[in-house]
Amino acid sequence: MARPFFAALAGAIFGLGLMLSGMTDTRSVQGFLDIFGAWNPTLAFVMGGAMIPMAIAWRVAARRKTAVLGGNFPAMPPPRFDLNLIGGSAAFGAGWALTGFCPGPALASLGFGGWQGLVFVSAMAGGALLAAPLRR
Amino acid sequence: MDINWLYGLLGGLVIGTAGAVYLLVNGRIMGPSSSLGGLMDGSDRSTEQFGFVVGLVAVPAVASLMIPMQTYAGSNWAVLVIGGLLVGFGTRLANGCTSGHGVCGISRLSPRGIVASATYVGAGMIVMTALRHLWGMI
Repeated sequence: MARPFFAALAGAIFGLGLMLSGMTDTRSVQGFLDIFGAWNPTLAFVMGGAMIPMAIAWRVAARRKTAVLGGNFPAMPPPRFDLNLIGGSAAFGAGWALTGFCPGPALASLGFGGWQGLVFVSAMAGGALLAAPLRR
Repeated sequence: MDINWLYGLLGGLVIGTAGAVYLLVNGRIMGPSSSLGGLMDGSDRSTEQFGFVVGLVAVPAVASLMIPMQTYAGSNWAVLVIGGLLVGFGTRLANGCTSGHGVCGISRLSPRGIVASATYVGAGMIVMTALRHLWGMI
C-alpha cells in the first residue's frame, strides 16, 4: 500500500501547488503564451520555482542506488529527437494555446471546473488513445 | 501591486516538491499525461498511476468546497474538444508534458526534455499569436 499512498501524496501536493501558483487559471497560462499581448510571466516563475526542489532531488537520486520504496531511478533517455517528440510537442502546444490547459491543471480542474473540465479531460483521454498505436 | 509572480514562485516550489517526492520515494517521473495515458491505453494500470491521479483530482475538489473556485476555460465545447484531443494526443506521442518534460526533464538537463519544452512553448506562442492577434478567434 505504500506505493499508491505516496503516489497519491505526490498527486495531492502537485494539486496544491497548481492551485497556489494560479496554473489552474487558464487565462494565466494563455497570457504567458501571448507574447504580443498583455504578457503574463507567472508561468516562468512557476517553472523556475519547480526546478529548485527537482534539481536537488536529481542530485540526491544520483547518490542513491534505489528509490526509498525500491527500484531503480528512471534512466536518462537517449537524446533522440524524432518526429514523435517534435510533432507531438507541437500539437500539445497548439491545444495548450487554444484552451490554456495542460494535462496536470486539466485533471486538477475536474473537481471544480464544471462541464468544461469534464469535456476537456474526456477529449484528452481520447487523444491519448489515438496516440497509443503510434507510440514505441 | 501584482504579486501573482510570488504565488507562482511559491506554487512552483510546491510542484517541484511533489515531483521530488514521486522521484525519491516511488522512483518515478511525475507526469500526469503518462498517468492518464497509461491508465487509458492499458500500458501502465498500476495502483501508483491511479493513486497519483486520485490525489491530484481530490485536493482541488475538496478545496473548492471551502473556498470559491471556478474555471475560466470558456464555454465553447468545440474549442475544448479540439484542444483536449491535441493535448492528449500530442503529450502522449511526445511521451511527456509540462510536468514530465518540463519540470522533471529540464531540472536534470535532459536533452529530450529541453527540446520538447522549447517546442511546445514555441508552438504555443505561435498558435496563440495567430488565434488572438491575426484571426481574433480567442
